[in-house]
Amino acid sequence: MTDATVAGGDKIRCDACPVMCYIKPGAAGACDRYANHDGELVRVDPHIVLEQTVSHGGRLVPFQAGGDWDGKIVHEPNVFVTAIGAGTTYPDYKPAPFIVSSEIDGVDMVTVVTEGIFSYCGVKVKIDTDRYLGPETATVRSEGEAIGHVTTSEYGSQMLSLGGVHHLTGGSKKEGRVTCDALMDLSNCKPVELTIDGGATVVVQAGYPPIVNGIAEERMRVGCGSATIGMFAKQWHGKVDEVVVVDDHITGVLSEHQAGKLLDIPDTGIKMKGRRSTPGRYFQVADPGTGWGGTNISDPLSVLGPFNPKEARPGLTMLMVSTTGEHAAYYELDEALRPIEKQMPPDLKFSVERIQENCEPALCTVLFMGGAGGSLRAGVTDNPVRLTRSVKDALTRVTSGGAPVYVWPGGGITFMVDVTQMPAGAFGYVPTPALVAPIEFTLRLSDYAALGGHMDHVRPLASLRDNTETRPMPYMPGRRA
Amino acid sequence: MKRLPQIALLPDGKRLHLQDGPIDLVIEAKGRDGDVRAAYDAAALRFSGLLDELCEELVELRSAADPVRCTLKGVVARRMHAAVAPFAADHFITPMAAVAGSVAEEILGSMLAAARLDRAYVNNGGDIALHLAGNEQFTVGLLDRPDRHGLMRTTVIDAADPARGIATSGRHGRSFSLGIADAVTVLARTASQADAAATIIANAVDLPGHPAIVRCPANELQPDSDLGARLVTRDVGAFGESEIDDAMRAGVGRAHQLLAAGLIEGAALRLLGEMAVVGATGIKAGAMPAFHESALERTAHV
Repeated sequence: MTDATVAGGDKIRCDACPVMCYIKPGAAGACDRYANHDGELVRVDPHIVLEQTVSHGGRLVPFQAGGDWDGKIVHEPNVFVTAIGAGTTYPDYKPAPFIVSSEIDGVDMVTVVTEGIFSYCGVKVKIDTDRYLGPETATVRSEGEAIGHVTTSEYGSQMLSLGGVHHLTGGSKKEGRVTCDALMDLSNCKPVELTIDGGATVVVQAGYPPIVNGIAEERMRVGCGSATIGMFAKQWHGKVDEVVVVDDHITGVLSEHQAGKLLDIPDTGIKMKGRRSTPGRYFQVADPGTGWGGTNISDPLSVLGPFNPKEARPGLTMLMVSTTGEHAAYYELDEALRPIEKQMPPDLKFSVERIQENCEPALCTVLFMGGAGGSLRAGVTDNPVRLTRSVKDALTRVTSGGAPVYVWPGGGITFMVDVTQMPAGAFGYVPTPALVAPIEFTLRLSDYAALGGHMDHVRPLASLRDNTETRPMPYMPGRRA
Repeated sequence: MKRLPQIALLPDGKRLHLQDGPIDLVIEAKGRDGDVRAAYDAAALRFSGLLDELCEELVELRSAADPVRCTLKGVVARRMHAAVAPFAADHFITPMAAVAGSVAEEILGSMLAAARLDRAYVNNGGDIALHLAGNEQFTVGLLDRPDRHGLMRTTVIDAADPARGIATSGRHGRSFSLGIADAVTVLARTASQADAAATIIANAVDLPGHPAIVRCPANELQPDSDLGARLVTRDVGAFGESEIDDAMRAGVGRAHQLLAAGLIEGAALRLLGEMAVVGATGIKAGAMPAFHESALERTAHV
């Protein structure tokens, strides 16, 4: 235990060693182990789990709230010590020169001054929208620099894959820097404007609705056009003769759809554009875009051909609606069988509202994905692959800033974590450029010993409470600290 | 209660880790078991109290070195002074610029006095003292990216090479730099000489007055810094390609002077992805990204 005396100003004098550094508030002493936090001397290295582990002789400090971990994968500790701040000095980032104590590829020793952590990392962004953001594999840009691409879309969502080593270090320096900035901002839940080659401009912020070409998305569709027909056919039965649910993926037509057939809804003579998949289900009624149901249209009638006079009749009623209910219009056929827009009857308006109600709020979600490399694992035990195996065997729980992660099967420790579940400001960067992200390994003390852990550095949690900053952090999902 | 340094073998059971205050040493010796043990015992014994010894003269060690006269008493302190003295006439430099290398050298010396070793190193946070006998050699990795092993350069030092010291200095390090180099690694006859020279060359890699360089008085960051109110580099913004070349040229020029004066054996300079090599360092490129390759070609005829 060490004391400090308050010197002039808010400086304190550390007496942890004979160097007796004067330390300014917010700064660390020459050793980078002790720092001045609001006039108090604090030890800044106890929560070491990360690369610094490797640098300072390979210690790992697993934390136990009380006795052995009970072995449950889902565990709610009262206090969870995270790796945030572990690999950096307090409070701003200043890498220490360090000794890499792991032996690599026949190299006896290493001399290093800069520190980089996750350059094999990126974010996967899920954007809840049917609006067309851009073609698959199109380049995604921030400040004009390529930082990723559009990847396979998911149900009701467009997906982006951003970052990765190719953009961080494989391109120009500016590309690397801009990529790093965008990844860090996205991971820290800040808004980032992205432009997609041949597509839209979208503002993405984890936990908030996407803003596509300046318009905030409100809802995620209830289902494709065909699914919407299936869900609402009964509610429309008897109230309207025809319903078209406009969707960039599958546009549904009530009278032709299996759901309509089961209700004996008569043919209406409607003629759809696009490619018929199965009865009442049409692909490609229009081009993708940011209009109705993720198509490029603003006038829904443009997806219709002329009604067939053999089946259609004047006065026939028709509802056209998008998959989110955001767009809707009501028509009646005139004497020439042309659809004329009319005021929507209240019970149809109600069904449109029901579609809206069944849509979920559109959000952007950001998953950080990174790989724990050999050197990181080597910092944890003297036989790194055992750590990998113990993670796969679920003996070791991996968390990132205390948030649960998904660890990919296969080799290495490649994990994904929802950034909204991590404490604010959990991510940092190094000028390399690479992201600094927290990662913790929690396991039974006995398992830790068995995999070759550094038992002499294990400390009980109680010993940390006295001299480190602790803050309550709810463990389970759903909020930001 | 007497403060004791941390003394422990690393998990591999081969290397010794010593730590006291700001000093962190990783040590490895090769030889007969009994000799290695004797060497490690000697290292631990010499290390205990070494920091106190230095701190007794800390005020003078933090003052500008006199180019000729040395009033310091401790053997490590005097070695620090000797290492920086060749630069003291032309530059502000304090003996602290050679503290890491001098400590490494001292510990290695104590080990060699106690045992016969085939080879050994004392690595003090990247400033390294070497011992090589017979046909032994060391492979030293130089990297600015510890997370990407493929990017590593290596250099092989064998017993016939004069270099017995390696040091790295740069703006990301624990010590402040007056320059903008990301890293300057120097090979010299001793670790203390390498340490001082790396500081001098890293300071020379600079673009004085450039608006994209954020500088701050050292004593605003660390009140008792030996650099006093001198402006140290805090951050570096964007430079043009030619500006990076200019800064590198300044550092390379200084490295050539030191090489000609016999103060160093070689140096590798890195700035924003560019690299230049001076002297017979034997530094080989590993798998490099394209911009590093081109940088190497460009600097080959510097």
